Amino acid sequence: MLTLATVMIPASASPVGIFFQQLEIGITLGAMYALVALGYTLVYGIIELINFAHGDIFMWSTVVTLAVIQAMGITASPGPVKLIGLLILLLAIGMLVSATLNYTIERFFYKPLRKAPRLAPLIAAIGASFILETIAQLWRGSSFVAFPSIFPSVGITFGSVRVNLLDVVIVIVAVVLMYGLERFIRLTRMGKAMRATAQDPEAAALMGVNINRTISMTFIIGGALAGAAGVLYNLYIAQVWFFTGFQLGLIAFTAAVLGGIGNIYGAVLGGFVIGLIEALTIQYVPGGFAWADAVVFAILVLILVFKPSGLLGQQIPNKV
Amino acid sequence: MLEIHDVDTYYGPNHVLRDLNIEVNQGEIVTLLGANAAGKTTTMKTIFGIVKPRNGTLTFKGERIDTMGTDQIIAHGLALVPEARRVFPRMTVFENLEMGAFLNNDRSVIDQDIERMYALFPRLKERAKQVAGTLSGGEQQMLAMGRALMARPQLLCMDEPSMGLSPILVQTVFDTIQEIRKQGVTVFLVEQNAFMALNIADRGYVLQQGQIVLTDTAKNLLDNDLVRRAYLGG
Ligand SMILES: Nc1ncnc2c1ncn2[C@@H]1O[C@H](COP(=O)(O)OP(=O)(O)OP(=O)(O)O)[C@@H](O)[C@H]1O
Ligand SMILES: [Mg+2]
Repeated sequence: MLTLATVMIPASASPVGIFFQQLEIGITLGAMYALVALGYTLVYGIIELINFAHGDIFMWSTVVTLAVIQAMGITASPGPVKLIGLLILLLAIGMLVSATLNYTIERFFYKPLRKAPRLAPLIAAIGASFILETIAQLWRGSSFVAFPSIFPSVGITFGSVRVNLLDVVIVIVAVVLMYGLERFIRLTRMGKAMRATAQDPEAAALMGVNINRTISMTFIIGGALAGAAGVLYNLYIAQVWFFTGFQLGLIAFTAAVLGGIGNIYGAVLGGFVIGLIEALTIQYVPGGFAWADAVVFAILVLILVFKPSGLLGQQIPNKV
Repeated sequence: MLEIHDVDTYYGPNHVLRDLNIEVNQGEIVTLLGANAAGKTTTMKTIFGIVKPRNGTLTFKGERIDTMGTDQIIAHGLALVPEARRVFPRMTVFENLEMGAFLNNDRSVIDQDIERMYALFPRLKERAKQVAGTLSGGEQQMLAMGRALMARPQLLCMDEPSMGLSPILVQTVFDTIQEIRKQGVTVFLVEQNAFMALNIADRGYVLQQGQIVLTDTAKNLLDNDLVRRAYLGG
């Protein structure tokens, strides 16, 4: 990722320091990938559709929250109390935007095709992806726009390893959301409806589950998580571009497949693993920036060939 | 209680149910007999809104159900033990039973009912924490029945509950059906095991190639020549 250069470290650090610094970067990236990967896995788990537009759902959060912060006239860090308020506001807006878009796309693009052959919704997803990208491009133009750095560059240094406050906040926000999702799916009625629908939609309907509403809710939740990732990405990478979602979406999709698509724990694990692989590739492979994406997609191909069920793939067949 | 009136059901161009008429009265056990591919499962799917009939009407306690979604039909007091059990494979036995009571919000009632199911099927209690996908076929069948009963249905429909079970388990299933009826639940039972089904049923229908060719009391059907030749090997 080109824009990662902004978070690279000085060359003076020791080899061990460099390694741990890359781990730190990998975990931060991984937290964002995991949030996006969850959206792929939730939707795939419930309707066996690869939501090709999911990366663009993420991108729309970055674009809209940039517009919001520009409208507010904020160009620098506003001080601790206001910063917390601003962070919550941006997260709320980003999550709302992406959840609404994902819901809308399901409602108008996928739902009418639910009984059509598999290829039809997949093509609709690609169409939705183009539409979302094109509108964002028409609105914000074709070039990168900088997102103002609202976080002060404070952090702690262990030896030569620097952990920024922002990185800690990113990981905490992501982990809190992932934990919330896990609890939601385990404990709430809607969560149980989602699990039952994923395992056998017809049997779930026979329990009284409203399948349409459950599918909508899945898109809303997946969208909200991508929206939160979009805000974190803006704070971290700080470059907004209409095409970001394509690449990040593919990386997150790889994470979901690596973990075992359909499995939420797998998506989280895959997200962090891919984040780490990417950070280490950038550091240790000569010309690493250019190779990072190639490595990620090589991983995708290898999993699909050798272990399509992924790291935590389902052992028990879906349909008995 | 349940009235299926002049129903035609298609899969694409494939005309499966032809002018179907079935009636189930409160408190009865009614059985629907038929060979493979006669349309028994399709009848169940039509009752539960999984496939929609092209013509005809279905009413439950006087209310049209053919215009409802599956979840609404369940909310009106019907439950199905589906063909091939269809338990949720990655949920535990306990969670499967909970899912059966999905439309019930009263936790204490749910817990009570789960205990009732454990009393009815002690096997399920032993396996409470096991994921359903790893249960034996017989255990899955009991779970599917328990799960359907968790909805406290007024009408319980069952699609070949004896399929693939050993004779002892078949006996248990049929004993349980009678027990369920005693508790006030009306039962509509699809079976290929005609002898067992007719022994516990009040009335029966015989389905051939999507058409009802015969209906009578269970007692008369047991003596009927057609039934004896086709289903009782006599
Ligand atoms: N989804 C479907 N699409 C097309 N045809 C179907 C479908 N489901 C069932 N059929 C056809 O409808 C006919 C009736 O099937 P159904 O499952 O109702 O039979 P059944 O009486 O339950 O048989 P069995 O005793 O084998 O379970 C069969 O010829 C079957 O091939
Ligand atoms: Mg059948």
